[in-house]
Amino acid sequence: MNTLPNIALATPEIFMFSMALVILLVDAFISSQQRIITYFLTQATLVVALIISIKNFSEPAAMVFNDMYIHDTMASILKIAIYVIVFLVFLYSRDYLKSRNMYRGEYFVLGLFGVVGMMIMVSAASMLTIYMGLELMSLSLYAMVAFQRDSSRATEAAMKYFVLGAMASGMLLYGMSMIYGVTASLDIATIRSVIASAGLDNMPLVFGLVFILVGLLFKLGAVPFHMWVPDVYHGAPTSVTMYISSAPKLAAFAIIMRLLVGGLEPLAASWQDMLIIISILSMTVGNVVAIAQTNIKRMLAYSAISHMGFFLLGIISVSANGYSSSMIYVLIYAVMSVGAFGVVLLLSRAGFESEELADFKGLNQRSPWYAFLMLILMFSMAGVPPTVGFYAKLMVIQAVVDADMVWLAIVAVLLAVIGAFYYLRIIKLMYFDDAKEGAAVIETSGDVKVLLSLNALAMLILIPWLGVITEFCRRAIADL
Amino acid sequence: MNFEQLLFFVFSGTLVFAATMVITIRNPVKAALFLVLAFFNAAALWLLLEAEFLAITLVLVYVGAVMVLFLFVVMMLDINLVKLREGFGEYLPIGGLVGVLLLMEMAIILSNDLFGLERMPEPAGHDAAYSNTRELGRLLYTFYVYPFEIAALILVVAIIAAISLTMRKRKTTKHQDPGEQIRVQAKDRLRIIKMPSERRP
Repeated sequence: MNTLPNIALATPEIFMFSMALVILLVDAFISSQQRIITYFLTQATLVVALIISIKNFSEPAAMVFNDMYIHDTMASILKIAIYVIVFLVFLYSRDYLKSRNMYRGEYFVLGLFGVVGMMIMVSAASMLTIYMGLELMSLSLYAMVAFQRDSSRATEAAMKYFVLGAMASGMLLYGMSMIYGVTASLDIATIRSVIASAGLDNMPLVFGLVFILVGLLFKLGAVPFHMWVPDVYHGAPTSVTMYISSAPKLAAFAIIMRLLVGGLEPLAASWQDMLIIISILSMTVGNVVAIAQTNIKRMLAYSAISHMGFFLLGIISVSANGYSSSMIYVLIYAVMSVGAFGVVLLLSRAGFESEELADFKGLNQRSPWYAFLMLILMFSMAGVPPTVGFYAKLMVIQAVVDADMVWLAIVAVLLAVIGAFYYLRIIKLMYFDDAKEGAAVIETSGDVKVLLSLNALAMLILIPWLGVITEFCRRAIADL
Repeated sequence: MNFEQLLFFVFSGTLVFAATMVITIRNPVKAALFLVLAFFNAAALWLLLEAEFLAITLVLVYVGAVMVLFLFVVMMLDINLVKLREGFGEYLPIGGLVGVLLLMEMAIILSNDLFGLERMPEPAGHDAAYSNTRELGRLLYTFYVYPFEIAALILVVAIIAAISLTMRKRKTTKHQDPGEQIRVQAKDRLRIIKMPSERRP
């Protein structure tokens, strides 16, 4: 009790959080013409945190802060992915923010605090820290959605997000309190051992599990808790939509792993059935309703819902192999999502939001390179073979087959085929339709162009490295 | 029934009564006052559990600060009660159903033998010199220091969000610039204008 904990393992969090406060102060003293300083400081913070996390990577797994913070391979991998993705998000949205009077210091500071929240969730080893991290991230996201405060659509989206998010947090807390009541511990490892020794047919435990599941699936946006997803994706400024659709999914994966798998795996027989229903519903509703959308942000929102259904397949298989395939899926999904929203973001310019599918008509004639990038991203989202999106789907379906649920695999494949329709429709609009009169050409600065190209081409370039990524994810799950 | 149990039933009975009044009474000011009563009774229950610090904090923070602010807001805003109650009958069935379900679930869980006195024995009382506040502080700053810091961070985010969403820089805002106030000289304040004297008509 009297020895100082080895807080060196938590340096990424401490650094990120201190820098967010420093940036907040620096931003107060610079004029709006020098806002680029804030931007560079933010990006530098993410890069330095990346270096620290890579340095900490090989440290053996350990607990800090009285077993509330855990450092392990999964936490390191997810944190590194979060930095990279948020770096890309800020980079792509720079010009968008400038043209919409949102290029303010608070935007970046809130973004960084959101990252701190995600890092806390990723490294949480106690129900208390999971909840605190979740609240920190959610609060930052609510504020970012409402950042365009003069837009009635954005404030409405923020309001919905806030009310439903608060309710989901309440559900999660209610469930946690029941689990705490039965196991008398907040510590996830202790909860697991208590449940394992107490036996399964315990009514309050199952009630707690249901409430926790509802809370988690709300945050994940799986059917039937998906109502907020399309409205928030549509109403929020596109740069914020890009943020919400990518990095928080990684954090959601982490808390599912920590809480459901790490703590409540002895109850797997109960949550497996619930997740099967939810996964099928998510894939069905997501893929079918997306076909009817004319707005690309709404379409990608439904696509996100269906992707969450696919991602749950790996968890459903309740095996180390399944968990690692879910991890690969969510990592690849986050990269795809950032890329796709990046193209949407670049198509819009001052006073004009390119949100309708019709805005993509004839993109090939106007900006062939970006049309090609979008083509790769859409192929990857649909899961067309030469892209990593295909391997991601293949691995989760493989995991389900290994768990002797062939019927579920068949349902998933059928729904993926239905889903391919609306991704391919965008490709058709870009390549085979004529552009509208006066449709704009994409113009952007060099760094955005290079990184967006890399981002999209990663869907092809990464294929030879898939073995390495899989190996890392396996190790992460084995370490758990 | 010993004296402590009697106190418990008095306080918890009043608490349930006050909480019911909060949501059924028509006048919002009275509802707020009933909420104050509910808080006081909850604080008394905490005192029975030897949690003095929580009891005092509840009264100081919620009654002293939050409810006073709330009363001010209620009194300042012109709230149309009829409009507020419009959807009441419409939402009653579904709301009532959810409420009954929750109540049943709570009953199932609490009637379970998991929470009986034999499973979780009553903790021994502390002597008079025991300080609840000191123990809480010790735990908060040592064992729970990590969540405590995160809570601080959440408050910072709340402040930043609230300010960035509501502050508007208006050109017409009247503000003071102390630097200029100090640098001011007599000639800035008083202007002497020479003008020819005029004869009285």
